[in-house]
Amino acid sequence: MEPLPILTIPDERLKQVSEEVTVFDDELRAFVEQLELTRQQGPAAVGIAAPQVGRFQRIAIVDCSNTRKPVPNHGNLVLINPEIVHWEGYEVGREGCLSVPDYTGNVIRATQIRLKAQDPSGEEHEYEMEGYEARAVQHEIDHLDGVLFIDRVVSRRTDLFKRKVYR
Amino acid sequence: MNNWYMLTLTGEDRPGIVARVTRALFERNMNLGEASMLRLGGNFTIMMMVSGEMDAQTLEATLAPVASGLGLSLHIDPMQGGLHRHVVPNLMVRVSGADRAGIVARVTGALAEAGFNILDLESDVAGSAERPVYLMQIAGVAEAPLETLEAALEPLRQEGIDVNITPIEMLVG
Repeated sequence: MEPLPILTIPDERLKQVSEEVTVFDDELRAFVEQLELTRQQGPAAVGIAAPQVGRFQRIAIVDCSNTRKPVPNHGNLVLINPEIVHWEGYEVGREGCLSVPDYTGNVIRATQIRLKAQDPSGEEHEYEMEGYEARAVQHEIDHLDGVLFIDRVVSRRTDLFKRKVYR
Repeated sequence: MNNWYMLTLTGEDRPGIVARVTRALFERNMNLGEASMLRLGGNFTIMMMVSGEMDAQTLEATLAPVASGLGLSLHIDPMQGGLHRHVVPNLMVRVSGADRAGIVARVTGALAEAGFNILDLESDVAGSAERPVYLMQIAGVAEAPLETLEAALEPLRQEGIDVNITPIEMLVG
């Protein structure tokens, strides 16, 4: 099996909103396998979304089990029709993207989320996530909605890292 | 291949400076690379990479009237380097507290000695004229383990400088 070519900016297709998955068959599962292979080929990508390889369906993979410094995670997750049903907190973090080569920027994301998603068999799951993994999921779901992290980059002077009250 | 020049403009801030300067460059077929504009002390400051067919003298002659018309001082240097040389930071250092002499030198000195290379530094004074509060954020890259850098900063904490260092876990998705 070969990894799939990744769409990169300024490819207009990255702005396309992806369609819900309704058929959970072997073809879907074979695609997921190929998508995972493509993720693993990317330079240290913790996630990938189907539209990044030109398939405009609500499919994403997130795997935060192999970060430099261990973070809370749910292992390798295949997310079909994922939906965030609850957000809490916010935090700035640095992001890059397979579809945006040679650029990184600071993005504000929710720190805690509750996520509903189906697996490749169509079974529904619910996850509580925090921090880095929650950020990765938000980054990937953005792809499904045709949004890239560069659409959300904040100025380096937008400092939400640390707020202190001085009297 | 065209050369890159580092163009620096500073002076009193007013709306439309970037538009005027970049229009002048565009009309003469000059290209922009990386650029950074900041207001420092209410002043306009910009540094930008510019490339094209012009030599430094012609570029200077082209921009001098634009700059003087805007009341800005202009400086142009031929530069080495080019695009696509980004280095991803792996550490963030934050300093805050009552303003005091030598704080930047102390913190950056300790970091340099521990092999920390600064990629991005922002230093500001907040609070009020009566009670200034000093703030600094430094993004950088170091191979030394976090513990080594923590140890390097510890003496500063003993002196009451509020400094913390955290890893930046970059996300690629």
